[in-house]
Amino acid sequence: MSTSTKAGQSSARPILEVRQICKSFPGVRVLKSVNLGIWPGEVHAFMGENGAGKSTLMKILAGAYHQDSGEIILDGKPVEFRTPHEARKAGIGIIYQELTVAPNLTVSGNVFLGSELKRFGFMKDTAQMDRKTQEVLNRLGARFKATQRAAHLAVAEQQQVEIARALFYKSRVLVMDEPTAALSDRETDRLFEVVRQLRSEGMAIIYISHRMAEVYELADRLSVLRDGEYVGELKRPEFSADKVIEMMVGRRLEDFYEHAKHSAGRVVLEVKNMSDGNRVKDANFQLRQGEVLGLAGLVGAGRTELARLIFGADKRKSGEVYLDGKKLRINKPQDAIRAGIGYVPEDRKLQGVFLQMSSGENITMNILGRCATGGVLNFKKLTDRANAEVKAMRVRTASLKQRAGGLSGGNQQKLLLARWLEINPRVLILDEPTRGVDVGAKAEIYALIQQLLEKGMAVLFISSELPEIVGVCDRVFVMREGEITGEVGGETGIEITQQSIMKFATDVTRRASTNGN
Amino acid sequence: MATEATTETSALAAAKRKEFTRSMIELAGMLPVLVVICILFAILTPNFLTQNNLVNVVRQASINIVLAAGMTFVILTGGIDLAVGSVLGFTAVIAVVVSLIPALSWAAVPAALFAGLVVGVLTGATVAYIGLPPFIVTLGTYTAIRGAAYLAAGGTTVINSKIGFAWIGNGYVGPVPWLVIIALLTIAVSAFILHRTVLGVHIYAVGGNAQAARLTGIPVPFVLIFAYGASGLLSGLGGVMSASRLYSAQGQLGIGYELDAIAAVILGGTSFVGGIGTVFGTLIGALIIAVLNNGLTLMNVSFYWQLVIKGAVIILAVMLDKLRTRGQAG
Repeated sequence: MSTSTKAGQSSARPILEVRQICKSFPGVRVLKSVNLGIWPGEVHAFMGENGAGKSTLMKILAGAYHQDSGEIILDGKPVEFRTPHEARKAGIGIIYQELTVAPNLTVSGNVFLGSELKRFGFMKDTAQMDRKTQEVLNRLGARFKATQRAAHLAVAEQQQVEIARALFYKSRVLVMDEPTAALSDRETDRLFEVVRQLRSEGMAIIYISHRMAEVYELADRLSVLRDGEYVGELKRPEFSADKVIEMMVGRRLEDFYEHAKHSAGRVVLEVKNMSDGNRVKDANFQLRQGEVLGLAGLVGAGRTELARLIFGADKRKSGEVYLDGKKLRINKPQDAIRAGIGYVPEDRKLQGVFLQMSSGENITMNILGRCATGGVLNFKKLTDRANAEVKAMRVRTASLKQRAGGLSGGNQQKLLLARWLEINPRVLILDEPTRGVDVGAKAEIYALIQQLLEKGMAVLFISSELPEIVGVCDRVFVMREGEITGEVGGETGIEITQQSIMKFATDVTRRASTNGN
Repeated sequence: MATEATTETSALAAAKRKEFTRSMIELAGMLPVLVVICILFAILTPNFLTQNNLVNVVRQASINIVLAAGMTFVILTGGIDLAVGSVLGFTAVIAVVVSLIPALSWAAVPAALFAGLVVGVLTGATVAYIGLPPFIVTLGTYTAIRGAAYLAAGGTTVINSKIGFAWIGNGYVGPVPWLVIIALLTIAVSAFILHRTVLGVHIYAVGGNAQAARLTGIPVPFVLIFAYGASGLLSGLGGVMSASRLYSAQGQLGIGYELDAIAAVILGGTSFVGGIGTVFGTLIGALIIAVLNNGLTLMNVSFYWQLVIKGAVIILAVMLDKLRTRGQAG
């Protein structure tokens, strides 16, 4: 796919260049002489940690901010955008993370919003707008009509409306900010098709994403920003997880993951024939004592769904869970917890942390019963436990009384981990434990996982970031469209690499490797 | 590195200070508003600040305090109980009717409490297991139980001038009416449950984040059933207090009481979406309403104007609270 699209690169110069852009806000330098070259017919991925300055740069391109120094060059000519409208007229289209489709208008009404076609100079020419919109929609392969009201469109379809709008402004550069954040896997596939088509038509696409897997799938070139500094650029043949991580984090991958491969002990958790009749199909696997078992796959492959089934958070259609050889009856999370399974959920704020409660309460939520006599709490015990965890986990909180909502993402995640460590589960399921967490806290979380293993715990590790999976896991199961499609590492003899994982995550290979035994 | 450490320590110190002011404000809550209103009435009417009148105010507030305590549990879980007034009427009728049966007159109070508890537990179970919105469920019980109250009373007023538990509504311990003692005990027990027990923490957790609560292994259905059950039981207690005070009960007893109870909870600083609030605040809220009723009556303000002023004060007080606590969100 990617080779066929290199055609556009024949043009002698980039369509859009950013040179030495600097931008400061009171007290912070957000961008320090950033350079960027965007070529027609290429998808240019733009990566960086949270707060690296990606959004700021994008807003400068969109005309929403103005740079302190440096220049933007479009088609070889320096340009100045004073308003978003000017940027749009010049041919830079932006698809924001939060979509701006007006639900009560038709699709064509949205596309032509603010620049409606007129008849006799004053009447809206709805028919022509519909026709022209429909042409573009056909080109994008959209499955909805120009005359349809936007309210009923799915998120991916709304994105297509915005893309259509950008096409009408004759955009030659399209900036997409985390476009798959709210999409299902099928919708993601659709979007990728559209992106590939636009690329083949010669559009230059700036694709901002955290997700390595997507970047691998789509990008022809990638640039990395770290702490507002332009780190460098890689062309597709040079892509490698090690390099990208090193560029993003500023240290080598090996230093980042505290990695001691573990020899697998006996089987602790066994999952058989787990299905929910929809997102998870007949999953089987074993988790051994003292190992980190990765669950990899593209977004929407069913990893979280599988974890929730094991934990009893969702209704299963079939499937059994064995812990230490004993069959468990798990109908609700309480049952799983009682049996010794812990789960740190994917969406920390929505499913994990009690934002309005204190740090201390968040830590001790699972041991209230143990620190109480006859239901009456023993505050001394609770405070001691919470203090011990805060110290051990190095949670940066003003006091145990500080509300969890006031802490940073990394510290909230530590509260959650501490909560589970307090009950010392046999198996801990970590679902995207480092999402939205700064680099320092990430390293601490990795180190913590190592400590858990030494205590004999078994960890099921779900992550969308392949480098992380490669760095942390002893063995990896790969899921695709609800099925476990393969296993790498361990006794399979297949080395855990991004390539070996991506093969199972994207390939049609089904059940290429069966389970460990 | 050294500067980084200092900035971090000073940031922590600042957060600590912020935390302290926040907890002080939370603790004091609407107390300043209550004090200001009391001072105003003390200046405006000479009769307000007498011992008799003050005891009177708290006694008038007592039934609302009891209902509002139950309501606090429910609102803390993120729900609402519209049925408390209906349950109060129903259980008051049951108390009087049972007290009129010679062989069973001893069972009047337990029967009323039990009836309230059953209604509450059923409501809680419906919310917890069937997942209907509390507003809808209790709108249903609000109507149905009101009907049951009329039916139990046979459409008339049931009277028992020799009611066995008259001491509850009319007795005193020294200068303090039993009604007041019961109301304050209710607050004390509720506060104990909310702040000193496992269940209490679970109530705040469920109200703050039901999804997280479930995934943390908190028995969410049990917590909900407890909250609505407590509200039902305390409504039953309110029914007993009413019946005893009046030596009688009728089908329309307690109409509109739910609104005063909700107003007291909200005035007390409890968040309508759940997870934040205290029962001490509820006590202050109920007292603010009672003081307004009493003071305005002493000043011969017409009933109609009393309603207007009460409504305005509720909105103003909550607005003030919002202004005060804004910027402490972090």
